[in-house]
Amino acid sequence: MADAILATQGLTRHFGGLAAVSNVTLDAHMGQLHAVIGPNGAGKSTLINMLSGDLPPSSGSVSIGGRDVTGLAAHQISRMGVGRSYQKTNVFLAFTAFENCRLAAQSRRKTSMQFFRPAARLADVNRAAEVALEAAGLAGRMDVVASALSHGEQRQLEIAMTLATQPKLLLLDEPLAGMGAEESASMVALLKKLVQTHAILLVEHDMDAVFALADRLTVMVNGQVLASGLPAEIRANAEVQEAYLGESHE
Amino acid sequence: MSTPGTAAVSSSRANTILLMVVVMGIAVTPFFAEKFYVQFFAKLLIMGILAMSLDLLLGYTGLVSFGHAAFYGAAAYTLAMLTPPFQAANFWTSFPLAVAVSALLALVIGFFVVRMHGIYFIMVTLAFAQMLYFLFHDTKIAGGNDGIYIDVRPVAMIGEWQPFNLDNFVHIFYLVLVFFVLVYILLRVILASPFGRVLVGIKANEARMRSLGFPTFRYKLVAFVIAGAIAGIAGYLSSIQFGVVNPEMMGWHLSGAVMMMVILGGMGTLTGPIIGAAVWMLLELGLQGLPKIGDVDLGKHWQLWMGSFIVLASLLLPNGLLGLGASLLRKMRKPRG
Amino acid sequence: MELATFLIQLLNGVQYGLLLFLVSSGLTLVFGIMGIINIAHGSFYMIGAYLAWSLTGAIGNFWLAIPAGIVITVLIGMLLEWLVIRWLYNRDHLYQVLLTYGLILVFEELRSVLWGDDVRGVNIPQILAASIPLTENQSYPVYRLAISAVCLVVAVLMYWVIQRTRLGMMIRAGASNREMVQSLGINIHIVYRVVFAAGLTLAALAGMIAAPVSAVFPGMGNHVLIICFVVVVIGGMGSVKGALIASLLIGLVDTFGKVVTLEIGGVKLLPELSSMTVYVLMAAILLWRPEGLFGKRL
Repeated sequence: MADAILATQGLTRHFGGLAAVSNVTLDAHMGQLHAVIGPNGAGKSTLINMLSGDLPPSSGSVSIGGRDVTGLAAHQISRMGVGRSYQKTNVFLAFTAFENCRLAAQSRRKTSMQFFRPAARLADVNRAAEVALEAAGLAGRMDVVASALSHGEQRQLEIAMTLATQPKLLLLDEPLAGMGAEESASMVALLKKLVQTHAILLVEHDMDAVFALADRLTVMVNGQVLASGLPAEIRANAEVQEAYLGESHE
Repeated sequence: MSTPGTAAVSSSRANTILLMVVVMGIAVTPFFAEKFYVQFFAKLLIMGILAMSLDLLLGYTGLVSFGHAAFYGAAAYTLAMLTPPFQAANFWTSFPLAVAVSALLALVIGFFVVRMHGIYFIMVTLAFAQMLYFLFHDTKIAGGNDGIYIDVRPVAMIGEWQPFNLDNFVHIFYLVLVFFVLVYILLRVILASPFGRVLVGIKANEARMRSLGFPTFRYKLVAFVIAGAIAGIAGYLSSIQFGVVNPEMMGWHLSGAVMMMVILGGMGTLTGPIIGAAVWMLLELGLQGLPKIGDVDLGKHWQLWMGSFIVLASLLLPNGLLGLGASLLRKMRKPRG
Repeated sequence: MELATFLIQLLNGVQYGLLLFLVSSGLTLVFGIMGIINIAHGSFYMIGAYLAWSLTGAIGNFWLAIPAGIVITVLIGMLLEWLVIRWLYNRDHLYQVLLTYGLILVFEELRSVLWGDDVRGVNIPQILAASIPLTENQSYPVYRLAISAVCLVVAVLMYWVIQRTRLGMMIRAGASNREMVQSLGINIHIVYRVVFAAGLTLAALAGMIAAPVSAVFPGMGNHVLIICFVVVVIGGMGSVKGALIASLLIGLVDTFGKVVTLEIGGVKLLPELSSMTVYVLMAAILLWRPEGLFGKRL
């Protein structure tokens, strides 16, 4: 088994007296999709925030590519080849879809402290943006201002931006949220393709998608890991069925 | 408003062309107008430079700096202190030095304030600027409350050749005009650069920029320094123009006025602040010249009218005059279907 | 420094600090509950002082002038909120700053029209004009102790109203959830109007009681406002505890900075640069804790 590209050990986060995430240990590998599921309030978004550096853990550790990254800032983790998408669409609404991805791709340059050349003429950056938009299925909508895109297209843009930073590890927070059946199917197809060349940690509520994609499954309830393993095992797990799968809504 | 989509480019090109026409019109003023108007336009252009520098922070990076005048005053004071009594300073050394002082000051203050956000940032920029104001107002470092006179304007000799004579108000006017154009071009170039795009992204959504891998603190600090340096250019030119430097040049009344100019014209457009500066100065001139009606001196209490205008403009013109113009144009173009 | 001098400066520092606390708690109250930053807050400190001067002159009695001044300020505050401030909810802080900056100019000029530009003075009321002897030739004015006492009483009163009364409950609820409060049938607009007026009145009250010991002059509001900002930045926005500690810290640092002599390497720092001590303190604290002493870590 290849070394884990992402590994956490006893990850915990308190807010005041409340433990939003408790003692979570999991990992993700290249070529694998590890799905994290659980009821609302289980701490899944908090977990992703700690992995991406948006939130520092209260205790525990995170390592990426073998390096300990616990407590590093979001921009530092991003530059290590981690791309994160948000549950609530977090694109630049005033920019075109292309500019969203162009800016994302520009982040991979050694430095953006360049003052005298036009940003629009950076050929490699433009190319990376186009590639990301095509992969996410937005090739025909590049020049549309993001606020004018449909909800599903904005979710696609979310993914495109993440891809434009050319990450090795993808942290995806409910990419299917609010999508219709057709759009969901496209997204699942995209993720199936991406997992061949990336490591993916996916938080999702859509159970059909989860079981179609997941190589590994972790169930979280009340901030703790209830069960973790192969999808078939998890499906058969009585505790999990009682706590979560019984009340799933898809 | 500032994305490189086709519509935005053509509108900024239109703005630039309009600006070029206006600048050429202003450039011939000394041939027709008397000294008062030439100096008025020079002052207007200086305020335009100052307002553009604040727009870089306010309209493009999203940094609401309420102490921007500090960098304007710092360069002015630098010239004043570099000028020996009853002698002239050297333009070619005093100018870069004055701008460097403003930039360095912006670096030091920026290092403290750029780590703060929202309302804290506004308050802390004001506090630091006031600190400088009191330093110059209460102590004898530089003439205290009364300020310093620059008895002799700087001299701009290169060997035996004197390209311009700063005792001549027309020369000052053209020097200011040249810098106005240069600053505008510089800012347009910077805003179109990779650096400029990062700033715009930071204003739109700083958290997302960080999660995309940009170390935003660095970029905000550099923007703060660039804006401070340009404010220093305006401050130096201003001290040459008026020949006197006083603590009010660092005061928050000026900081507030510049902020108002940027908002009034339309922030985040670069041309907006220039319009705002012009409108502001014309307004100030007009209000100060109001007549006495009976016993009431309307002109003396011009700040009352100015203040009321600011209150109304804040409520009714969030996108400034340019924004108002743009929405009117949009309404005219779209036929109601 | 001898003990008596030290004691005097200590009491002065505490008094100044408590006065600052009174003013800045008004600012924090309005911001914390209504989300509005009102930089014309300092103008009301000035208005309070001028009201104390003119009302004492008109009525002839300082003790009657204060409640009269309070009533007038409350009315102005409610009118201001109804006329102008209520359009600022949910707007960017930038526009709040700009609009209230315009108000500063308006109030400055109104003050100039109504009361002129001269520096004024208010006499310390007879009852409190005594001094407590400390040594043979040094004593401490009773009035200054009275100022501190009034500030403390008002602070306790504020705490009681906000934490223990129904009005306070409505205010606190309105701070966290406007829609819910409205759906409960409580008129949030009236609540906000009251809060805003109360905030301004705190500043005006401070100006009124400070008038007998400080000069009453045109720029006094602006200076107080900036110091309030420093209080909030040091203490942490939204923290009343922070505001109290920061105010006392600033009061003491500023007061001692004016009387202490400090020379480093031949350069005279204190008392020459005493007006800068407060800002240096702010810079030092910002380096250590950008969110303020008791602010929430962003």
